[in-house]
Amino acid sequence: MAIDKETAAKVAKLARIRVEEDQLPALAEEFSAIMGFIEQLSEVDVEGVEPMVSVTPMRLKRREDVVTDGSQAEAVLKNAPDAREGFFAVPKVVE
Amino acid sequence: MTELTKLGIAGARDALRKGDVTALELTEACLTAIDGAGALGAFVHHTPEIARDQAKAADERIKAGDAPAMCGIPLGIKDLFCTRGVPSQAASKILEGFKPEYESTVTTKLFEAGSVMLGKLNMDEFAMGSSNETSTYGNAVNPWRVEGGPELTPGGSSGGSASAVAAGLCLGATGTDTGGSIRQPAAFVGITGLKPTYGRVSRWGVVAFASSLDQAGPMARSVRDNAIMLGAMAGHDEKDSTSADLAVPDFEAALTGDIRGKVIGIPKEYRMDGMPEEIEKLWADGTAMLKDAGAEIRDISLPHTKYALPAYYVIAPAEASSNLARYDGVRFGHRAKLDQGDGITEMYEKTRAEGFGAEVQRRVMVGTYVLSAGFYDAYYNRARRVRALIKKDFDDVFAAGVDAILTPATPSAAFELGKKFDDPVQMYLNDVFTVTVNLAGLPGISVPAGLDKNGLPLGLQLIGRPWEEGDLLNTAYALEQAAAFEAWPAKWY
Repeated sequence: MAIDKETAAKVAKLARIRVEEDQLPALAEEFSAIMGFIEQLSEVDVEGVEPMVSVTPMRLKRREDVVTDGSQAEAVLKNAPDAREGFFAVPKVVE
Repeated sequence: MTELTKLGIAGARDALRKGDVTALELTEACLTAIDGAGALGAFVHHTPEIARDQAKAADERIKAGDAPAMCGIPLGIKDLFCTRGVPSQAASKILEGFKPEYESTVTTKLFEAGSVMLGKLNMDEFAMGSSNETSTYGNAVNPWRVEGGPELTPGGSSGGSASAVAAGLCLGATGTDTGGSIRQPAAFVGITGLKPTYGRVSRWGVVAFASSLDQAGPMARSVRDNAIMLGAMAGHDEKDSTSADLAVPDFEAALTGDIRGKVIGIPKEYRMDGMPEEIEKLWADGTAMLKDAGAEIRDISLPHTKYALPAYYVIAPAEASSNLARYDGVRFGHRAKLDQGDGITEMYEKTRAEGFGAEVQRRVMVGTYVLSAGFYDAYYNRARRVRALIKKDFDDVFAAGVDAILTPATPSAAFELGKKFDDPVQMYLNDVFTVTVNLAGLPGISVPAGLDKNGLPLGLQLIGRPWEEGDLLNTAYALEQAAAFEAWPAKWY
């Protein structure tokens, strides 16, 4: 399946990765090669087969709905590129 | 390289217990070896102070008696594992400067067992690659090469782990395996590496790539070393809801070497067109060795094998695109410098464009595409259906009495760095024999079994029943004894 430049641009936008305009044709070509490889899956008869949810047949464990950890604001913020007054700081979100 | 670094885990444990060597001496020998092997690019963050402190503490425990098997053993830790206060970057620029405030469960368990961390090991960025060429640190290099020939890849993604163990810079290393990232590099450098059953080892604190496939495991010289190290890494962890609440058996005790009556399956679909004759021969030799050891050899069929790689290249990127959404320049790691008027969307887009390398960007975008409205069913759901069929192939042969499956580990010996880097699909084909095992959640082990005509190592893979790593290790042990691979690469670096 051929992926065009516009689709490549849309995917880059959805993935929140900036791709310069002049890089889009090469990107679209790479996608097309990978999608061409993936296309083989359409040969498989999957009629009546449930999509796999978990590779091991196990129930997820449950635990009491209680706080087990917390009060570590300083550690949580330690690696932030910009932290101020106990918060993560980001550019203005609303005008 | 001093002889101490060639002891292996079992050999070092025995020597430590006898008092023939101290953990500090072992650690110093490894630190010296690391200093002399910079050209391999294996260690990317060095932690000699931590190593010496841990070694001294280990010596105290050993002196007091009753120290666990991994006590005092110097290890390298793949950069994918979060280690408290030590850079843990997943070989990505986007995690530059990130020093976790917590310790992964695997490294916690290894440290509680008394192991020594020498430093962090190179890898492909976010474990996405088969040649260790996507790393922000630069390539890791295979200590093996054809005399006078070009530098070879140690494989990937656990390329630094493979290179370090093969060169005797550490006695064992942690690896992770999403599509073959322990087994392929182990085969390329002539060591043994085990991907455990999905859920055997906790994924907590391991940077996530594709959560339904990722599994951590040991990489070391021998099958016995793998058995010992796996014992220290495995076990239930409340912090990973997919970790299995099962007792961890004594894997080393399973190594009797007796495989009489075991049924070994040889899957016809793994005989690929254009497979090098040497790989064919290695596989046939390995089959003969297991037969001589008393196993019953049975031809089997895993009919959906051909579709494993394409299914993987839908599922793994889809999960990666979700997992890597967290790298947004807000909570940790790199944030792009912003221009006047840039808002939060520009911050995300510039940060991720600068922070992720080309292969990671490619996979995140492929994953985004296959999950996007209108394609979710055609690609993602179809791939998950094919995955169910691949698992059923294995379930069927195990139900028919097969105990383990023997295949080549890789379609070739280690290749030249730079040779396959420009063609993603060619690179993906490296995992053709290993990726089925991740899709089916099974344990798989790569055992060095011989050298090719150029003198480079080749490995065989054994695939076992779920949760039966002990039995799998024992079959691998029988193969190891018969193959008697004991070569070390000549030091050129």
